[in-house]
Amino acid sequence: MNNLITDDDRIIMRYEVAMNDFTRIGEASSKIKRILRQLNIDNSRIRRVAIAAYEAEVNVAIHSLGGYIEVVVVEDEINIKVRDKGPGIEDTDLAMKKGYSTASDKVRELGFGAGMGLPNMKKCSDEFTIESVYGEYTELNMKFF
Amino acid sequence: MAVDINLNLCYNIVKYITNNIMEAIMELEKVLNLIDGELLIGNIKRSMNTAFSSDLMSDVLAFVEEDTVLITGLINNQVIRTAEMLDLKAIIFVRGKVPAEDVIKMAEIKDITLLRTKFTLFETSGILYKNGLGALKIYHE
Repeated sequence: MNNLITDDDRIIMRYEVAMNDFTRIGEASSKIKRILRQLNIDNSRIRRVAIAAYEAEVNVAIHSLGGYIEVVVVEDEINIKVRDKGPGIEDTDLAMKKGYSTASDKVRELGFGAGMGLPNMKKCSDEFTIESVYGEYTELNMKFF
Repeated sequence: MAVDINLNLCYNIVKYITNNIMEAIMELEKVLNLIDGELLIGNIKRSMNTAFSSDLMSDVLAFVEEDTVLITGLINNQVIRTAEMLDLKAIIFVRGKVPAEDVIKMAEIKDITLLRTKFTLFETSGILYKNGLGALKIYHE
């Protein structure tokens, strides 16, 4: 499967993230990081993108019914869109609060579920938006300059 | 008597400076000896000057902002993924734990050095801190 599309002025990477596939969490972020390295983007920005993508990947895998991560590199801007197939977040303000988490014991055993994921994605990115329709989907958009 | 006290004071000041201000650079080879550890994979000729201990990868991702040694009791592949995203070069597994072969293999591919020790998280951190490895400075909002 070819996840990488390039045309004249932009590069698009798109990766599916499966629900509850714990062993594969991080594969997409790892690939994203490798491709950004090849594009000669500065290391500190790659690091911020990698952390945010990984946190998002963890979230999609552990909380959702599955979804995808799409990274678009246009000129000097990196945009990440993360969208899942639900079940959506009832209260996004509450979800953004540090320490708030609905993660299961299984997820906590993996070292996650501390309620730091969304705040950390916001911290790492230059622009961050979260949109969710409860019962339908959650979509994150992040920009890195 | 007064001289004795002053010497002791000088000794403590020097010790404080070396421990807290100069942040001694320590080779992983020395780390390995201090914690009576075993090298699982990777290069021990790397030098580090700080360490961060946690079993919570969420916190590692949220707080670590520079290259440091990660000390943890967690041995799944997400520890390696976390290190990879943060560009960390070394991990110490404590409490005698050994990760699975595929986890070690992943670290090898990512060029991350893995050490293990029988000591607890507390003891491992204490030994290394006492010998001059610095703490990561964490800034809260």
